[in-house]
Amino acid sequence: MEVTTKQAKEKKQGVLKRIAGPVVTAVNLDAHMYDVVKVGKEELMGEVIKIQGDSVVIQVYEDTSGIRPGEPVSNTGLSLAVELGPGLLTSIYDGIQRPLEVLVDKMGNFIQRGVTAPGLSHEKKWTFKPLVKTGDKVEPGALLGEVQETNIVHKVMLPPNVKAGVVKTIKSGDYTIDEIICVLEDGREYPMIQRWPVRVPRPVKEKMNPTIPLITGQRILDGLFPIAKGGTAAIPGPFGSGKTVTQQQLAKWSDAEIVVYIGCGERGNEMTEVLTEFPHLEDPKSGKPLMERTVLIANTSNMPVAAREASVYTGITIAEYFRDMGYDVSLMADSTSRWAEAMREISSRLEEMPGEEGYPAYLAARLSEFYERAGLVKTLSGTRGSVSVIGAVSPPGGDFSEPVTQNTLRIVKVFWALDAKLSQRRHFPAINWLNSYSLYLEALHDYYDKEVSPEWNTIRSWAMEILQKEAELQEIVQLVGSDALPESEQVTIEVARMIREIFLQQNAYDSVDTFCDMKKQYAMMKSIKTYAELAYAAQLVGVSPAQINAVKAKNELAQIKFIKDYTPELAKIMKQMDDEFNTLRSAA
Amino acid sequence: MKEYRTISKIAGPLVFVEKTEPIAYGELVNIILSDGTTKRGQVLDTSDELVVVQIFETTAGIGRDSGVRFTGETIKMPVGREMLGRILSGGGKPIDGGPDLVPEKRLDINGAAINPYARGMPADFIQTGISTIDGTNTLVRGQKLPIFSGAGLPHNNVALQIARQAKVPGSTEKFAVVFAAMGITKEEANYFMQDFERTGALERAVVFLNLADDPAVERIITPRLALTTAEYLAFELGMHVLVILTDMTNYCEALRQIGAAREEVPGRRGYPGYMYTDLANLYERAGMIKGQKGSVTQIPILTMPGDDITHPIADLTGYITEGQIVVNRDLHRKGIYPPINVLPSLSRLMNLGIGKGKTREDHKKVSDQMYAGYAEGNDLRGLVAIVGKDALSERDRLLLEFADLFENKFVRQGYDEDRTIEDTLNIGWDLLSTLPVEQLTRIDRELINKYHPKFRTGAKKE
Repeated sequence: MEVTTKQAKEKKQGVLKRIAGPVVTAVNLDAHMYDVVKVGKEELMGEVIKIQGDSVVIQVYEDTSGIRPGEPVSNTGLSLAVELGPGLLTSIYDGIQRPLEVLVDKMGNFIQRGVTAPGLSHEKKWTFKPLVKTGDKVEPGALLGEVQETNIVHKVMLPPNVKAGVVKTIKSGDYTIDEIICVLEDGREYPMIQRWPVRVPRPVKEKMNPTIPLITGQRILDGLFPIAKGGTAAIPGPFGSGKTVTQQQLAKWSDAEIVVYIGCGERGNEMTEVLTEFPHLEDPKSGKPLMERTVLIANTSNMPVAAREASVYTGITIAEYFRDMGYDVSLMADSTSRWAEAMREISSRLEEMPGEEGYPAYLAARLSEFYERAGLVKTLSGTRGSVSVIGAVSPPGGDFSEPVTQNTLRIVKVFWALDAKLSQRRHFPAINWLNSYSLYLEALHDYYDKEVSPEWNTIRSWAMEILQKEAELQEIVQLVGSDALPESEQVTIEVARMIREIFLQQNAYDSVDTFCDMKKQYAMMKSIKTYAELAYAAQLVGVSPAQINAVKAKNELAQIKFIKDYTPELAKIMKQMDDEFNTLRSAA
Repeated sequence: MKEYRTISKIAGPLVFVEKTEPIAYGELVNIILSDGTTKRGQVLDTSDELVVVQIFETTAGIGRDSGVRFTGETIKMPVGREMLGRILSGGGKPIDGGPDLVPEKRLDINGAAINPYARGMPADFIQTGISTIDGTNTLVRGQKLPIFSGAGLPHNNVALQIARQAKVPGSTEKFAVVFAAMGITKEEANYFMQDFERTGALERAVVFLNLADDPAVERIITPRLALTTAEYLAFELGMHVLVILTDMTNYCEALRQIGAAREEVPGRRGYPGYMYTDLANLYERAGMIKGQKGSVTQIPILTMPGDDITHPIADLTGYITEGQIVVNRDLHRKGIYPPINVLPSLSRLMNLGIGKGKTREDHKKVSDQMYAGYAEGNDLRGLVAIVGKDALSERDRLLLEFADLFENKFVRQGYDEDRTIEDTLNIGWDLLSTLPVEQLTRIDRELINKYHPKFRTGAKKE
């Protein structure tokens, strides 16, 4: 994240007074809240978070060991901002938009401090094609032109916070992001790059209600608890229940055009896995490497805590920027709990009065501000764009009553409850179908009706009903054994087992099963329902549950998820199933 | 070097010094007692008026008349190749009667975060010879896989068996072992030392011992010294290093003690709010670096107070490490060694280290199928207690038997039994063959035809 000093008015230099970990105090510094400052002789980057009389409290984004009272502090006069322009895609940043690849070149394999690196390459030339011509009136946020960035077309926009104007000259050709590509009649000049303060949401014309699902290829998500494009979802779960795998699956397969993945205070090796894997994975839609549509932000748990706090804002600002071009963006934050903990750590060093469990009293406000930056919008340029936000939550001890989970649930519309019990029996994704919910079902009803099948909404409710029924029956089974159930309910138990094992379980590591489109989801659920209908009918004419369970075609159905061209195989199985039931019924 | 005699307050492990020149945050401090002995500490908070120093040893003997010397540098540790085979105190001083260490380099003990971009992807399968680890919770080079245990359980034996047997199949290179003991008893320490000596592991080990009666605060630096050594061996000398940290519970207690002395706002159960970050700074010091040869693999051991996996120490550890191996009291009571309960155990990096060309193509699916069978069989035990075995369906009875077989054949093995991964997977198939083939829904037909004892060609009958 670069703050160029040439544009910033150099303010009076202050002096460091106290250093206690990542929080330092300076005096005699002329500063405003959230100004970016340079701390000490090594010019470590920091941000003003409290002003009290003559003292200014600063959170520092780098390790402060070795810094002494009396060292200088200078104010850049700018707030923490990201560089936005061509070159964002395929980048891997730390929490304050320093490209990790560049940092390796500058300081070796380990993160050292006092090194700045701009978020975008200022040398690389991009081929700019104008979308406006001389004499056109341009509003703030207007699309000036485009650059083929990867397989994604990067729209170059007039910054959203400037006045409208009339184009005097617009250039086409190869330019760096700093070269002027557009001059307005009033003399204002614009390069491709723009900067935006991370803590301020980028403006839109209008927020709209979501009506289209974000297709993720994950059966339990798309099928039972869908999230809409522009929606918000939370995945809370204890450790080992599969939050990260689910987040990565979403980053890989969701049908967003741009993916921003924030590894906030998480494991280094996991980020490496993402970094190694993504360039080799193909986008199921475009066939291009997934990395080409992805921006990664990796601030692992052992990187400075203040930068972790900033990483979430850096990510959402980049997401909003692509939304403004008219793209559907999905943002994964793994994990928002680490972000909340970073707030707690900073807050406790400020000796603020703690709220619940030591978290600052403004935790709820910060969380809701963040999630509110999601949405389906009409952009300033009049197109449609969306940011969907999916936040992982890591509740201590898996206890959902803790403040971060609770405050998140009050805001988000979709709740995917991960369950350690399920993951222990290797039921993946370990999302509990009884506790999870989606409030978008109503809004997405029409879409499913038209795009999947008019039957889909009914089938979905049927499946949920069976699962609910099974939970009730299981309580009885726990007491008296399954043989004591009425025969029709023994069939129900079996059908529920099929829904769980065939439909809900999905193998993220199987090359076919990792992504399942809506058509296949429908075909699978429909076959289970057909089985159920045949089974209930057979049971009514006196076929025993043991005989029904012995139907071979049922077991074949389990293999369908691993088959790519499943249609012929599925037809064969359904035919076989029909035959088997016919034989059973006529024998009864 | 200037010596101050301006100590204004001593509270627990903290010493407050007034009216100093500008002192750097994190600076190393020597406190000189009236009898001439020196104690070491580190600056926790510094301002013009007051400097707070955390002492790594007991504060006994420090008074307002003691002298304070600020060294002007952060804590560095002398490291060198000759450290292999040595036994050092929790503070890094030799205690084996041998000569002083000749440093080749002095490194900051806090280390630095590996740039995620520079990290190498852990992918080399480590064969520990223990089926419950190799088969179902595979360890790979560069991973951090803790052992969650409880008081009185044989976690030390498990750790030693891993240290002894760990190898990468096809590679003759042995692991160097860095062993850091924090607050364990002399008896436990002897147990480790004897085993290292018995197996000749000591000559490729560096041992740091902070025993139960050593100062608790020293435990804060012991793991940092150990990890600095490990990083040196791995990333400067190109060795594959296995780090065993025991017992992390004692480390966290020491952390809480300091937090309380600093009068910080406590987090859950009195542990400091920054414990996640603090633990992450230790655990994240495992891994590999792209294009470099060495690796640091960590096996931290912690005893869960009251066997409670949701206790903050276990909980935060689990959120940082790449899985956990859970040692279970019920299995231990049944006389099963190693009493590893696979159900709550997990290795997050397992999928990177297994499969065709690494272990065997059927590994993942065999493991999943065993998990599913054991989980279901285990649940049925509760039901049997109520309704009796006769009320079970045929399917359920087989699963129940499977659970028993799994514990007795797969989990149970000898303390010196070193199973190859082939052995482990074949035992798995033998167990799975007790279930009807159509119940093996997690394994595809092809693999069943190839490996299932009933179908595999030339299979030996057991």
